[in-house]
Order: sequence, then structure tokens, then C-alpha cells
Amino acid sequence: MSPPRVLLAKPGLDGHDRGIKVIAMALRDAGAEVVYLGLRRTVPEIVRSAIDDDVDVIGISVLSGAHVALAADLLRALDHEGLAVPVVIGGTIPERDAAALGDLGVAAVYPVGTGLHEVVAGVLQLASRERVQR
Amino acid sequence: MTEVRETTDAGIPVREIYTEHDVVPGLDERLGRPGRPPFTRGPYPTMYRGQLWTMRQFAGFGSPEEANERFHFLLDRGQTALSVAFDLPTQLGYDSDHPVARPEVGRVGVAIDTADDMADLFSGLPLDRVSVNFTINATAPIILAMYLVAAERQGVADEALAGTLQNDILKEFLARKTFVFPPEPSMRLSCDVVEFASGRLPRFNPISITGYHAREAGCDAVQELAFTLASAIAYSQALVARGLPFDSFAPRLSFHFATTMDLFEEAAKLRAARRMWSRIATERFGAQDANSGRLRFFSGNSGTTLTAQQPLNNIIRSTVQCLGAVLGGAQSIHVMGYDEAFEIPSEEAVTLSLRTQQIVALESGVPRTVDPLGGSYYVEALTDEIEARANEVLSEIEAIGGAVSALERGVSQRWVAESAYRIEREIAEGIRPRVGVNVHADPDDTAVEVPELFALDPSIAERQIARTAKRVAARDQGACVETTAAVEAAARTGTNVMPSLIDAVRAGATLGELADVFRTVFGEFREPHPW
Repeated sequence: MSPPRVLLAKPGLDGHDRGIKVIAMALRDAGAEVVYLGLRRTVPEIVRSAIDDDVDVIGISVLSGAHVALAADLLRALDHEGLAVPVVIGGTIPERDAAALGDLGVAAVYPVGTGLHEVVAGVLQLASRERVQR
Repeated sequence: MTEVRETTDAGIPVREIYTEHDVVPGLDERLGRPGRPPFTRGPYPTMYRGQLWTMRQFAGFGSPEEANERFHFLLDRGQTALSVAFDLPTQLGYDSDHPVARPEVGRVGVAIDTADDMADLFSGLPLDRVSVNFTINATAPIILAMYLVAAERQGVADEALAGTLQNDILKEFLARKTFVFPPEPSMRLSCDVVEFASGRLPRFNPISITGYHAREAGCDAVQELAFTLASAIAYSQALVARGLPFDSFAPRLSFHFATTMDLFEEAAKLRAARRMWSRIATERFGAQDANSGRLRFFSGNSGTTLTAQQPLNNIIRSTVQCLGAVLGGAQSIHVMGYDEAFEIPSEEAVTLSLRTQQIVALESGVPRTVDPLGGSYYVEALTDEIEARANEVLSEIEAIGGAVSALERGVSQRWVAESAYRIEREIAEGIRPRVGVNVHADPDDTAVEVPELFALDPSIAERQIARTAKRVAARDQGACVETTAAVEAAARTGTNVMPSLIDAVRAGATLGELADVFRTVFGEFREPHPW
């Protein structure tokens, strides 16, 4: 079976990319194929790449506090395209917002402080579930 | 995990005990006297006995009124200077009504669209008496112009203004990532600001050359030092290439370092930084003025050492880091809020940060004598070792063409990311202890929420957009168009942009409009792929 494919991107204007780069390197070391789009990506760019690169999971990272608005935009756009790829989000996310993100349809929330292994295992599990379903 | 690690955070092996045999002969020359080259023991002769460091908590959120309120709050509690955080749209040159700005307005800092906003930000704060630090880079020339106009409206002369503009675009490409224009025109704008200020703003630091963000992005203390000095060399070379004598601008260069948890390594790094810059100033740039090699710095505590787990532990971490900055001889200090793993710090948390500084300053006795670690076998050996290692990294950077070239090729960024990954793996594997995370964790520590987090008023964006619309409608459109055109002409011809920017913001041009002028002339930069 081909390796799981994960799209990682930073939407919005936030430039904190230490975490997302670490996750990208850890996922690659765990055997995933990682498409890293980098900083300041628009929702249409992320959706385009999700389609073109046929990814199993989309991971976004936001440390500016704009996570709810940006996740909502992304999920709306994916829904519009009829794309059922699970979305995970990491960043400076207070617990009060984690529930709101779950209600929006975010598959997993990884706030600051989540262990590296936990994120990698969670993303890979979502990816393999996605593979099986297709 | 109860064993003591035998290497520093940067991986320098440490002996069980240090004696005089571990200190290379010639220490007296390497130390000198405080306030005299090579400044190892401190930039000023009497250090904190003469004047305590400036307590400068980084603050700002929401609209100018809300940020102004927090500034008054901090000054009322004994803070001695201000440090402005701007929101991302302001840092990236978008007005609040720009579609990409909307979700970010007022979030990580204050939203500033016009010179009127800047005047409101400092309402009731006399700018000839309060020193102000601005964390702004790509749009630094526009923000400086707005600040000068705000001061003008208070009747304060340029010569009376004290403070610091971060204006270090190189570290944006390296780590902080609020770049807008490509490296070359970005360097030019940074240098325009330094050139303009070196004649007109004698008490103002027009640039703060920064290793802090690379450190926060994951590099170690040695790399932080090397990156910072490589940037300082690049700016100095660019300014000298403009025909400015080194001694005309070097005394106003300021620096910014992180102070993290490895107490003695951090103090040693800061001591080594002063010695290295003093040598670079003299040996490379032929400084004649002793002030040119006098490295002064602001120290920020490290946010990345703070944990979401057991957040009150962060108060203790911040205390150790504040102490490190003082032992390293900082001129101004920011202490992190213990709740910053979750949100912008609450009023309770910023008050505690300020109190941390005040307790170290007034109760610990540490500021009583200059460079209390001077002569410690361990710290002197560590200072020498960090200097030697940082010089090696600096040579590597120079071998690939210096700071700008290393950034354009993505080499420096890769070093930072690799180091960040190494640290994270060490935490995950339990090699690098984090109390409350991988050691002494609470088994049932599922709820990590801190009570009473700061919550941003959701109506801020709407209110800010309405304010700016009103001001744009009220301005003299002809004057605005004319002065904005002059900015474009200056940008195209290579004339210093500062005088025309001041005219334009005085006429009511917005930050977004002026950044658009630069976008048109210079283009926008997209980061090369990291792998």
C-alpha cells in the first residue's frame, strides 16, 4: 500500500512555523508523504492542493488566535468541493475553542503542549482510516 | 529522569568541577573593565547600581484605545517603558478592512491603520518621557513615520524621542516570518530607517538586531549568537556601502537576545556577545568611537520553554530566565506571562511578570554589583567556549556569502528547523526534562485550562474598520494622492523613503496604501520550500 499522504499548511497571516515543520519532519520519519505548503496560504490554495495531491489528511497550524475563523473557512470550502478529507489543527488553542472546532467538523485539535508522538499517531490513524474507506 | 545532564542546552560538555586550570591565560584582557572594550563585564561602568534595567513588558491588542488602556495599566503598576505589539495585518501591511486581515485584526497586537490611530495609542502618554519599543519590521518605516507624526501632535521634538524600532528584516526571513518584500529591497528599507535616524533621532535605536526569534524557532544559544552577529555585520556593511561612516550609526545599533532556562549558559552567551561585537566593530569596521562596539541589548524570556501543563510552573521558569538576563547584563527585559501557552496574557499574568522583574531587582540583591559571575571558573570557561563555537558558525555563514546569502539559500532556516526537531524529539523521548510534561507529570492532568483567560472582544474588527473608513473619508484626498506618489518616486529612485513617508502619513495615507506602494515597486517575497 502506498504511504499515507498528509497536507500541511499555515493559513492566515501567522508566521510561527516551528511546530508545523517539526510535525512535518516527524511524519516523514514515520513513513508519511508530506506536502508542506508553507506560510500564508489561502483556503483556495489549500483546497486545490488537497485535490491535486490526493491527500488523506489536511493539517493546519495557527498560533495567532484566528483558528476558529480560518478552520471554518477551510471546512466550508472543502464541503463546497464535496471533499471529505479530515482536517486537524494545531496551535495556541484554548480549551473553550477546542469544542467549537469539533462542532465545526475538525477531526482533531492539538493545542500547544500536545506530545509529538500523540500528534503523529493521531494523524497517521486518521490517514489510514481514510485509505481504508476509499 | 533524575540524572543531571552533563552537557549544556547547546550541547557543550560540562566538567564536574572547574578550577583555574580551565581558564585560558589572558582573562584580564578578555574581561576588561565594565563600560570599556571589550565590554565582557557590561556595557556601562556602574551597571545596575547606576540604573536598573528597563522593565518593558510587550503588550498590545485590539484597537488603539484598548492597547492604550493596557499601557496605562502597566505604567500604573511600575513598568518603566512601553513595548508595542502590533497585529499581523499591521505587521504585514494590510489595513483592517482587507479580506485577509479580517480574522486577525487586533489579535496578536494592536491594529494601526493611520497616524490618527498612532496618536490615539499614545493618548495621555508623554512621548518625551516614555521610551517606546516597536516590534515592527517589514512595515517599520511606515510605523516610524506615524510615530513621528503622533509625537509632533503632542508637541514633542524628534530629539526627545527615546525607544527602539525592531526593524530587523533579516531575522524575519530566518525565523519570525513577517517579511513582505524580497530580501534586497527589504534590507534597503531597514537601512533607510537607520540612515534617517542616525541624523535625527539621537536617543532612538532605529534597529534591534535580533537572535531571539531564531532561538524561539528552535536554534541553540551558539547559533543564536552567530545569526545575530552575522546580521549585524550585514547591516553594517550595507550602511557603510551607502557611504555612512561606521561610527555615525553603530552607537545606535541595539540587540535583542533570548534568555532561556540554562542559566549559566545564557549569562555566558550574553557576556560573549558583548565581547564578540566589540571585536567585530574594531577589527572589521575600524571603529574609532568606543560607543560603536558597546553592545546593548533587550532580553526576552522564552515562550517556547513555557508549558501548557501545570502552567503555574511557568512563573518559576520565568524567574530563572529573568535572573539569567540580569546576570548577563541586559538593558531591558520582558518576562513572559505564565498563561501564554493559551492566550494573550491576562492582566493578572502580566502583573505577575512585572512583579517578577521587580522582585529580582529589589529583593534578590543580584543587581548590587557589576557582573557578579565575572571570574567564575565555570562561567569564564563557558563564555570562551561559546565565543569560539559562535565564531565557527559565523565563519560557516560567511563561507556561503554572509547572512543574506545564507537566508536566500535557506541554509540558516534549515539549521533552525533541524535543531527544533532535535529538541522536540529529546522532549518526546524524555532525554530533555520538562517538569510537568515528561517528568513529574500529573497522571490525571487532563484539564490544562488556566482559569480567567484573556478574551478578545469580537467586535474589534468592525469598530476598527469603521474608524478607518471615517478618517479616510475626512482626509484631503488631493494631498494624500500627491504625497503617496512622492513615496513611490522615492522607492523607485533609491532616495531615502522616510521624509516622503512622514508627509504621506501626515496627510492621512493608510498603512495598507503605503505598503501597497512598496508592493508595487518591490514585489512580494515567497519563501523557498524548506526541503
